Amino acid sequence: MSRVLAIIGWSVPTFVFGLIMLMIFYGTLGWFPPSRLDSWALDIVNSTGFINYTNFFIIDGLLNANFAIVGNAIRHLIAPVITISILWWAFIMRITRSSMLEILRRDYIRTARAKGVTENVVVYKHAVRNALIPVVTVAGRMVLGLLGGLVITETIFNIKGLGQFMAQAAQQLDYPAVLGGTLYFGFLLIVINLCVDVSYAIIDPRIRLE
Amino acid sequence: MEWQEVVVRLFKNKISLIGLILIIFFGVIAIGAPWIAPPSDPSEPYMVPRAGWGFEPQPPSSEHIFGTAEGQYDIFYGIIWGTRTAFRIGFIIVGISSFIGILVGTLAGYYGGWFDEVVMRITDIFMAIPFLIAAIVMTTILGQGLRNVMIALITFGWMNSARLMRSQVLSIKEEEFVIAADALGAGDFRIIFKHVILNTIFPLVIEASMRMGSMVITASTLSFLGIGAPEGYADWGQMISFARNWILGGEGNAIKYWFTVVIPGGAITLFCLSWNLIGDAFRDILDPKLQ
Repeated sequence: MSRVLAIIGWSVPTFVFGLIMLMIFYGTLGWFPPSRLDSWALDIVNSTGFINYTNFFIIDGLLNANFAIVGNAIRHLIAPVITISILWWAFIMRITRSSMLEILRRDYIRTARAKGVTENVVVYKHAVRNALIPVVTVAGRMVLGLLGGLVITETIFNIKGLGQFMAQAAQQLDYPAVLGGTLYFGFLLIVINLCVDVSYAIIDPRIRLE
Repeated sequence: MEWQEVVVRLFKNKISLIGLILIIFFGVIAIGAPWIAPPSDPSEPYMVPRAGWGFEPQPPSSEHIFGTAEGQYDIFYGIIWGTRTAFRIGFIIVGISSFIGILVGTLAGYYGGWFDEVVMRITDIFMAIPFLIAAIVMTTILGQGLRNVMIALITFGWMNSARLMRSQVLSIKEEEFVIAADALGAGDFRIIFKHVILNTIFPLVIEASMRMGSMVITASTLSFLGIGAPEGYADWGQMISFARNWILGGEGNAIKYWFTVVIPGGAITLFCLSWNLIGDAFRDILDPKLQ
């Protein structure tokens, strides 16, 4: 089942999914509007009483103790976040599942059960931690995939972000912008790989970087 | 595993059978396009006919089964002829980029040494650039058009198969049958093509099958962004880009223009689904451990 879901998730193009999300959740239900904030919220954000500490609307809203802004910003985030990440949900589920199945067959799991360790401890302490290694690897790749997905998702949901910027720069042949953006993506790639490597060591202390 | 056995198992596996049926279905549509949707101008069959010059999409009717998109482009015609476009894009991109990848990966893995080092570093450089951005830039430089989209996607699409092939070759290079062939005096050319490639090709086939879907998605994404197929060309991505202005519907009926998104989107999804299903079933057959 997880497998079929994963394959279907891979097969739906991001832009089709995004448009359908907009149609249903904004057009019909009016729940998750596009762009970053509603116009009334933008008026508050741009007014003098509201201090833009970071320009992250959620953080600024919290710092200004204006929770209407926070709620509004989150509402605007839900649809794009689901659109970018949905392809990966089923995929990660699948990787975790196959990795768990493999780990649960290992000798030390049998040993732990034979010792009389409770099932919860066996699963959560002995199995899950070891099963997480391939999941983390995939999660690292996923972050990169998300960066690619940004281009489309931001275009559809009208969010002025890195992806939309890059897409426009690329179409206008704005070489410095494209090169800078690519360099930045490359930098992110290195940081993410570093995070993945460090988290290996956290999950499994036997792994040491030489 | 012999390839005959693989084919038999592909037909026995329910998942891949669904995929095969879908692909055959699309194949029939692609081949039968001139009869299913006769072009009004036979010299330019890929240009979607317009049923007028109105702006607003029209809902499905007896004359236009799937309705018309913005600018009165007939969606049914676009889907049918777009199937041919999708097959062409998929086969050409995946075929050529797999060929490049196999060649590069095999040579790098087989000869090793500094040659391997140089080739794989070049591959790394290509992989460092975000795929979609690279494709957009290259298409824009070359100019709008499907041919240029294909060139761009081939240029940035061969690295995965090269790396996969290299790792396969590295592991099989030390096997006894390769050493035996070498000892018998077979030349490099013969060893590579008769022994190495034939024994390492299956994972590449899986990868190619999966890539078929993602390449068609990427190509239609470029069309969606407006730098792929020229306007009016039968292409699924473009059919969807016509829908962009109409997502919010109108007159209290938000999903009034659902057909402009759902029908071409469904076509792309089913097409990719069929290739992914086959690729996935392939992997199960070749590597039962992963199930």
